[in-house]
Amino acid sequence: MALIGEKGVQRILLVTAFSAMSALLLIALFIVNEGVPFMFRYGIQGFLLSSDWDPSSGTFGIFPMIMASLWVTVGALLVGAPLGIAGAVFLSEFAPRPVMRVVKPAIELLAAIPSVVYGFIGVMVLAPLIREVFGGPGLSVLAASIILGIMILPTVISISIDSILAVPQSYREGSLALGATVWQTVHMVTVRAAKSGIIASVILGLGRAIGETMAVIMVAGNAVKIPDSPLDSVRTLTANIALEMSYATGMHREALFATGVVLFVVIIILNTVASVAMRKRAAKK
Amino acid sequence: MRIPPRFSQRLAIAFLGGATLVTLVILVAIIVFILEKGLLVLGWEFLFSSPKDMGRAGGIFPTLIGTVLLPLLAIIIATPLGVSTSVYLTEYTRESKTTRVIRFGTDCLAGIPSIIFGLFGFIFFVTTLGMGWSIMSGGLTLAFMILPTIIRTTEEAIRAVPKSYREVSFSLGATRWQTTKRVVLPNALPGILTGVMLGIGRSIGETAAVIFTAGSSLRIPESVFDSTRTMAVHFYILAREGISTENAYGTAAVLIIAVLAVNLLAYWLMNRFIARRS
Repeated sequence: MALIGEKGVQRILLVTAFSAMSALLLIALFIVNEGVPFMFRYGIQGFLLSSDWDPSSGTFGIFPMIMASLWVTVGALLVGAPLGIAGAVFLSEFAPRPVMRVVKPAIELLAAIPSVVYGFIGVMVLAPLIREVFGGPGLSVLAASIILGIMILPTVISISIDSILAVPQSYREGSLALGATVWQTVHMVTVRAAKSGIIASVILGLGRAIGETMAVIMVAGNAVKIPDSPLDSVRTLTANIALEMSYATGMHREALFATGVVLFVVIIILNTVASVAMRKRAAKK
Repeated sequence: MRIPPRFSQRLAIAFLGGATLVTLVILVAIIVFILEKGLLVLGWEFLFSSPKDMGRAGGIFPTLIGTVLLPLLAIIIATPLGVSTSVYLTEYTRESKTTRVIRFGTDCLAGIPSIIFGLFGFIFFVTTLGMGWSIMSGGLTLAFMILPTIIRTTEEAIRAVPKSYREVSFSLGATRWQTTKRVVLPNALPGILTGVMLGIGRSIGETAAVIFTAGSSLRIPESVFDSTRTMAVHFYILAREGISTENAYGTAAVLIIAVLAVNLLAYWLMNRFIARRS
């Protein structure tokens, strides 16, 4: 290193420090370059708001997929957010500390289970159950929502616990000293003080649910239509890309990249909101 | 009607505790379910023989090779970049606009769905750079994907190295780089390895980003420019195309055991690191 010198090292480090940012820009550039010209040629309105997706006749409307992603994601939040936040509150405020110290990493470990495995469970266990109890095809919005809801639990729980634990102990003591019960303290003081972190955890979970591909392909059924019941089979934006990418060429492939652009933009917006929420929490501390 | 606070507290604890229990039961049930069915298929024969008839019979040997090579390549590329990013962020600069831009980029990259990485890897590595469906394309795509994990974990590990260590080194006349190389990095090593293990874990389980970049050839690869099929992709194809439920369970079991083992190792390293610190 003597050859390069201190200044040289610093310069090299500065360059490599931008590797993640450059990777992000490179990804954006290539996806946009492949997808956006198509969007303009085809017409943005026709692409986003038309319900006709028939690559063989050259019609590419992704409205049903947008609606499907919306349904499935909202469904995942309805399942994952209450369960996750309740778990986080219990583990951080009521469970004995040693229990939390074991359970939290165990739950985080479950974020590492590959999404195809979750999807497989959905196909083997959940879909038949739904078919039997509620009727319909089984592979549906409901099945996808439950599986995605379970998949976002580790994200929601882990980040919520961190933000609840970050609330200063003096807040709790102040409330308890005023005669509030532990539960009153939890829901009136602690959870409120940790609100922005909890919201960030849910938004990050949301991002994960929208972006999830393999599990959704396996359990959502993949029919291109606007759902009107949770028991309908749907195809999300991500599923649309992954299902057709292997054989798409020309316009068709460009349309799939354009679908990727839509997804990319939504995710960047969500991440920005989450990082603003997190920063608000950090600023308050 | 006013509910007495003591009663509502008991109610709340029961509800919250119940929700926690439900979460844990679901998560444990998933692992138990897969292992229970998968372990019946598992054995040396299954691990070390080649698949026959598209995976209807035989084992998963070629997919093991893909599953080792792809994460390995990803780690070799992403670790130096990630570690030097964190070194820059922690040792060479103060919080500024630049660091905020770097952090925002890292956070955004961490949130990008794997299918987008797949699209990107396909158009950039496979098509534009002409690497085709290959171990190289897949490994590079995965390197992009795990970069944020390595940056974050390494940064935490480096920050955990006490300031006094650096002060001693500086006071002995060491330069910043000497201090980083001889004092900070060696002390942060277990933490850095944790990040590497987490990156490997994520790479092993990845499907969407791999299937469009490394392809799904079942042949044993002869160079890094050959296509390969990872365990996760193999499992996906077996399950989705209904080729063999039995072999799908077997592959899933190997997959889960591998991912959990790698992640447990990561936690173990992290705990050892924390224990040594305090």
